[in-house]
This record gives sequence, C-alpha cells and structure tokens, in this order.
Amino acid sequence: MTEQQWPLWEVFIRSKQGLDHKHAGSIHAADAAMAIENARDVYTRRMEGVSIWVVESKYIHASNPDEASSLYDPANDKIYRHPTFYDLPDELKHM
Amino acid sequence: MALAENELSFQEKVDQDIRIEPKDWMPDAYRKTLIRQISQHAHSEIVGMLPEANWITRAPSLKRKATLIAKVQDEAGHGLYLYSAAETMGISREEMVDQLLSGKAKYSSIFNYPTITWADMGAIGWLVDGAAIMNQVPLCRASYGPYARAMVRICKEESFHQRQGFEILLVLSKGSEAQRRMCQDAIDRWWWPSVMMFGPNDEASPHTAQSMRWKIKRFTNDELRQRFIDVCAEQVKLLGMRLPDDLLKWNEERQHYDFGPIDWEELRQVISGNGPCNKERLAARVQAHADGAWVREAAMAHAGKRAQRAAPDQYKVA
Ligand SMILES: [Fe+2]
Ligand SMILES: [Fe+2]
Repeated sequence: MTEQQWPLWEVFIRSKQGLDHKHAGSIHAADAAMAIENARDVYTRRMEGVSIWVVESKYIHASNPDEASSLYDPANDKIYRHPTFYDLPDELKHM
Repeated sequence: MALAENELSFQEKVDQDIRIEPKDWMPDAYRKTLIRQISQHAHSEIVGMLPEANWITRAPSLKRKATLIAKVQDEAGHGLYLYSAAETMGISREEMVDQLLSGKAKYSSIFNYPTITWADMGAIGWLVDGAAIMNQVPLCRASYGPYARAMVRICKEESFHQRQGFEILLVLSKGSEAQRRMCQDAIDRWWWPSVMMFGPNDEASPHTAQSMRWKIKRFTNDELRQRFIDVCAEQVKLLGMRLPDDLLKWNEERQHYDFGPIDWEELRQVISGNGPCNKERLAARVQAHADGAWVREAAMAHAGKRAQRAAPDQYKVA
C-alpha cells in the first residue's frame, strides 16, 4: 500500500500588528490545525509573526505570467491615473 | 523558434537580475539543475542534524544544550524551507525524500564525518556553518525567486550557528591543557573536510560556467574556498590554535593566504559512499522515516474523520 501524503499548505504570516499577511513558504500537514502548528515551528522560531494564515495549496488560483501583457493591458495606457500626469504651477502649495 | 525566443527572453531577465518565479517559463535544464541543487541542499540540512544531535543529551551545560537543540531545530527548518522551494519547481516532497532514502540523492559530504568530542560542536559551528555561510550568502541573490527567498531566511539564522560554535572553541581554548588539546584536535579533524565543502577545483567543475550564467551560482568553488581560508586563518589566531596546514602562509602579492594541497581522493571516497559515517547517516534517516510512518498515517486518518464529522450530511460519503 502506498502511503497517503499529507497535503501541501501555503503559509502567510503577519509579522506585526498593522501589517498585511505575507507569503512565507509552504508546509505539509494533515489538516489546518496541524498546518498552523507546523508553520509556527518552521516559519516563526524567532517571533517573526503575530498571526498565521494557512491555505491548502490546491485552492490557490494564480494568474498566468504568459498572459501578463494582456492581463495588465487595461492599466497600461492610463497614466492620467497618476498624480504626476497633471501639470500644475510650482506656486501651488499643499497639493 | 518559440523555444529559442523563450530561452532568449529568459536569459535576458536573468541578466537584468529580474527574478524567475515558479510559473514563469524556464529552460528544462535550468529546472532540472535547480531541483537537484536545491534538493541536495535540503538533504544536507536534514542529514546535517545527525552529527550534532549526537551531543544534545551530553551537552556540558543546560545553556549549551538549549543552544544545540535550537541550532538543530534551525537546520530542520532550513531543510523544510528548501524542500518547499524545490516543490515550486514541480517535484513532490515524497519524491525528494525517496531520492534521499534510496541513496540516489547526494548531500554534503561533510556530514559523513563522526562527532567524537564536545569540541566537535564548536568546530562544526565555526568551520562547517562558516563554510556554509560563505556558500549561501551569494545565493540570496540567486535568479530563482523561491530559492533566493529561502536563502535569505537561512542566512539570517546561520550567523548564530557560527557564533555559538566559535564561542564553544573560545571557552575550550582558555581552559585546561586537556581542553585545549581537545579544541586543537577538533580543528585538526574538521579543517580539511570543511575546505572540501566548496567542491572540486574550478578546472574540475565543468558546470560552473552554465550555473553562473543562470545565476544559481555567483562565485566559483575556488573563489569561495579562498575567501573562507583567508577569513579562518585570521580567526584561528583569536583561539591561539593553528590550522593543520604547514603551507598556510600569507601571500603579500596575491593578498591572499596560500595553502597546501587538498586530498581530492578523500573527497571522492566520501562522496562515493566510503566516508566514515555514510552508512550510519543514511540508516538513521531510513529508520526515522519508517518509525514515523504510523504517525503520518494516524494524522491523515484523524484529519479525515474530523472533516467528515464537520461536513453537512448530504456531502457525507458512506
Ligand atoms: Fe543550515
Ligand atoms: Fe547552520
């Protein structure tokens, strides 16, 4: 009988209060509770986190890098969305 | 045609220090080489726990014991960061573990030497972790994103490993005559194997050029080795000890230390399985894996049961 493998989980860690969770790596675990404990032991041995998220890797959907140019195309030519697009006199203050 | 174009834009990215990420196109050979490099490195971290674990129960004080446990636990973490990086390239954890346990995969030859005295814990921290740091710091800028990020984590933790090792030797070097002898003996035994950790001479490493083009290696074996020797030749003075090399001598013209010939036959023997502890190390890993099988199975069964209990009735499978 081949052994059933523990699934893979992606680990996200909030390094301190007020910051976003950030991807740290992955971990194998039988379930979510074990994934959080394993993530604690592997990724936060030196107080690197105050909160951990785990998501089973198969639930992550990612954009395709080959389609990056068409995917981001709608934003590409809209430089008027940036404040620097507008030509204003230097004397104008507090803006 | 498409392949050549892909190769070209891949190399352009690498040249511009734009990181390659898991879903990006990459040449097969790059993927293969990196999987081998990263998994070998992971195996080294895992097997590397064994020589030091040997002294956990016999550490001379509670402080040293706590430190050694923390260091060994870090090495386990390093192995897991690296396995996780390799998995992003499409190889499964199971396959890598199989490769290690079947003896198909290699790991660093240094861990096939025995740890026979407490001073070996000092020499390993100073020299073995020291050589590892020399190798690993440049890899924080490796072209493959997940690998580079794993190396950043690892390097942050390695510094403590090296410092605690040097401190062990420093204390021994100021101790009794017997302690000083033990200190020198450990340095004598670990020096040359550590120097060999950088791998064969540049002339004997045909893949270096390609790996450097791919930026999965940033300096040659001999460059890193020279750097390591230069640093250690100075540090050993603080211990009042000597490195076991009669030809070690500062060369004013080269601005480097000259050193004696390396016994490549020894390295060849250890790599091909004939080192003092090859069989013991592998057997320990195989045993640990076998002993853990029931735990892995029980955890899966428990998780399955809990998931079923939590699921609404209509989804339950009989
Ligand atoms: Fe390590
Ligand atoms: Fe280490």
